[in-house]
Amino acid sequence: MAKSKRFFMYLFLSIAAIVSIFPFLWMVVSSTNQSVDVTRGRLLPGTHLLENLRKLLDTTDLQVSLMNSAKISITTTLLALLIASLAGYGFEVFRSRSKDIVFNILLLSMMIPFAALMIPLYRMFGQISNVFPWMGIDTMTSVILPTVTTAFLIFFFRQSTKMFPKELLEAGRMDGLSELGIFLRIYLPTMKTTYAAGAIITFMSSWNNYLWPLIVLQTPQTKTMPLLISTLGSGYAPDYGMIMIAIVIGTIPTALVFFVMQKQFVAGMIGSVK
Amino acid sequence: MHQTNSKLRFRTKSVLTGWSFVLLAVILIFVFYFYPMLQALILSFQTGTGSNLTFTGFDNYSRLLSDKTFIVSVKNTFIYLLVQVPLMIILALFISVLLNDSKLRFKGFFRTAIFLPCVTSLVAYSVVFKYLFSGNGLVNTMLLKLHLVSAPIEWITDPFWAKITIIIAITWRWTGYNMIFYLSALQNIDHSIYEAAKIDGASSTRQFFGITVPLLKPIILFTSITSTIGTLQLFDEVMNITKGGPGNATQTISQYIYNLSFKYAADFGYAATVSYSIVIMIALLSVIQFKVAGDKNG
Repeated sequence: MAKSKRFFMYLFLSIAAIVSIFPFLWMVVSSTNQSVDVTRGRLLPGTHLLENLRKLLDTTDLQVSLMNSAKISITTTLLALLIASLAGYGFEVFRSRSKDIVFNILLLSMMIPFAALMIPLYRMFGQISNVFPWMGIDTMTSVILPTVTTAFLIFFFRQSTKMFPKELLEAGRMDGLSELGIFLRIYLPTMKTTYAAGAIITFMSSWNNYLWPLIVLQTPQTKTMPLLISTLGSGYAPDYGMIMIAIVIGTIPTALVFFVMQKQFVAGMIGSVK
Repeated sequence: MHQTNSKLRFRTKSVLTGWSFVLLAVILIFVFYFYPMLQALILSFQTGTGSNLTFTGFDNYSRLLSDKTFIVSVKNTFIYLLVQVPLMIILALFISVLLNDSKLRFKGFFRTAIFLPCVTSLVAYSVVFKYLFSGNGLVNTMLLKLHLVSAPIEWITDPFWAKITIIIAITWRWTGYNMIFYLSALQNIDHSIYEAAKIDGASSTRQFFGITVPLLKPIILFTSITSTIGTLQLFDEVMNITKGGPGNATQTISQYIYNLSFKYAADFGYAATVSYSIVIMIALLSVIQFKVAGDKNG
């Protein structure tokens, strides 16, 4: 009985693992094949990788989109970590009743669907465009600003700050460090894992963001990777091999970030769940 | 007296420092969440195209109730919600319990493999799924070869199967994500509880329902609320797999809002009204989920 149970356990997990990995394998394999072979369902690697890549470079602004995505995601991540960690630290270390009330109000923003925000935000940036075109519609700023602060990340940092040894704080005050000095010189280096986990979460969601950039970025020069991939897939005679290499390239950054920082990610998630 | 004064001064100073730490975040959240939210509410009582808007009271709201496209979008969204969220949560829970088994080998591999879908962008995986599930796509080819079906399934072009495809896609993308939450919560459960249950002769099914599920209740509540909110806003997948079709068979509320504002003649007022229907649904469903789970334990 126990043995057959074990067998089914492994069988089930193996199926789940295969189902999870298979689309990745198919996408990587397909990026090396000709369009015809992809439609025929060829599952073996081919020799058309470079050709697919060349076609992609010739017909799209791949480098531009990659750069746009990189600029937006890195800026968003750095700003988001700074803003949210300052706030998370501030809410936890300098607790007061009024601050707790404000914190709870901030948490409510997690319940606000983006669908309800997109029209007012679009109009807001339309108005900004009239005054400051460099931060209005079709700019990096318009993508970054609305996504850079999330209550989730503040909550995440506040939860983790609960585990920050308060003696270090006192020691810093004794040494005559300013509050900001304590934050920068003691808190920041101590909380590396939290920052790493926060960075992964933010980078991934920023890199993968679609709906808001779709609304606000309107010219080919400002397109991000998801927008590029989405337009490639909607043509009438799609070149599957070429689309697959675009998807592979678009997935590499988040996959890399994930694999390099996997341990911190899981540790950070556990921190946030506690 | 002198001491209280300096104490007071220190307290005011610390209150001010505290606020300066949180101020930027508070301002940004108010400017980019609460203010637009209020704007959307005002918009929902206005009508007109582009920026020529006039107040019309509850006209938009009464239009909602007789708007067939809206009703279909709500219906579709709720089908996804009612089928996909429970399916995914049960699956994630089941997998995480298996992965939490101390004797299991290749744990790291299974965990990473099942979590892997989370690294893809919604757009990227949607496009991959669109091709996998196309009429002559790989899924049909394999089903035909294995003689599981006699004719290819119209995954994308049949109203019923298109919904199934969307559900399969979302489940693939998010099960691993929820699993990680359960897995971390499971690791916090003291193993001796299970040992004691075993000694009392409780089967693994009874242990699951008697110990695991109750202890994981807060986390199950959290994941079911976040998944519900996510599903109510479903956009990327439907936009990139089926474009909402065939007909409006897979269209979601978010997609309808997008169409109303950016595809058809920009009717921002009515689109804002539709968007408020999601706000109301999220609020109602979250309250229901809290009540069902019993907020004392949550």
